[in-house]
Amino acid sequence: MDSVLQEEVEVGTRLPEHVCGPISRTTLALFAGASHDHVPLHVDSDFAKAAGMEDVFAHGMLVMAYLAQMLVRWRPQEKLRSWNVRFVAVTPVHATVHCRGEVTAVFEQDGERRARVRIGAWTDQDLQTIDGEADVALD
Amino acid sequence: MIDREKFLGHVSEPRVAIVEEGFLKFFAEATADPDPIHFDAEAARAAGHRAIVAPPTYLFSLAMGCPPKSGELFDPVNGLGLDMARVLHGEQGFTYHRPIYAGDRITLTTTTSEIYDKKGGALEFVVQLTQAVNEGGDLCADMRFLTVVRHG
Repeated sequence: MDSVLQEEVEVGTRLPEHVCGPISRTTLALFAGASHDHVPLHVDSDFAKAAGMEDVFAHGMLVMAYLAQMLVRWRPQEKLRSWNVRFVAVTPVHATVHCRGEVTAVFEQDGERRARVRIGAWTDQDLQTIDGEADVALD
Repeated sequence: MIDREKFLGHVSEPRVAIVEEGFLKFFAEATADPDPIHFDAEAARAAGHRAIVAPPTYLFSLAMGCPPKSGELFDPVNGLGLDMARVLHGEQGFTYHRPIYAGDRITLTTTTSEIYDKKGGALEFVVQLTQAVNEGGDLCADMRFLTVVRHG
């Protein structure tokens, strides 16, 4: 951790990739319970198919939680100022999730140095499921 | 289509959500979270926190577990009455001001700030903003939640 913190952060700096999953049906059931998100599209195959989906798929917030883990591994959570993501594709059940981030700007705001990080999640089939940006304080 | 006259700009009643330590531990397990400040009180204290820290996306779950009496997305009587089979999570954002801890009593207030459609009404979009304030009256975080409804 210390060696990461000592690294100079500049445009183009990549965050260590964070790989999660594969997302099983059990993962989805546990996350539905733990997150209070009971939308049956994520846990009930019959319901998902009747709704026109191939099968159940991961909660967007599960994959966003994985992205949060990547950010918090890179810098302590209290340094995370804000972030926004778009869910650009659904994450199918059984997918492994690859979280990646790259610094696109280093700037001053509210008296501190911050990095803007372009973040994203991809399945092992190289399908991008999340695209977003996070602002993280550096010092 | 959503009743915009009724819900555009609608502000929910403030409601108090208790951040339960057991649920934080369950959330950490369900997400295979490697960071002990999210599930181990001693580790959290060793890192300078007063209790287990709610992870960055937890506010979304806190709000889902403590829905407003009016203006909730799926509630057919006092809410927007969306069909669960037709919704997709479009966007999500958070802005943080101070941490949320196990044991906190967080007051949540949700505003339905935008309702609009695209593709001749085939897709409808709802933006809800939720503010989280702790017992000391300090703003902890703001959350933006965009839901897409498929009408086509």
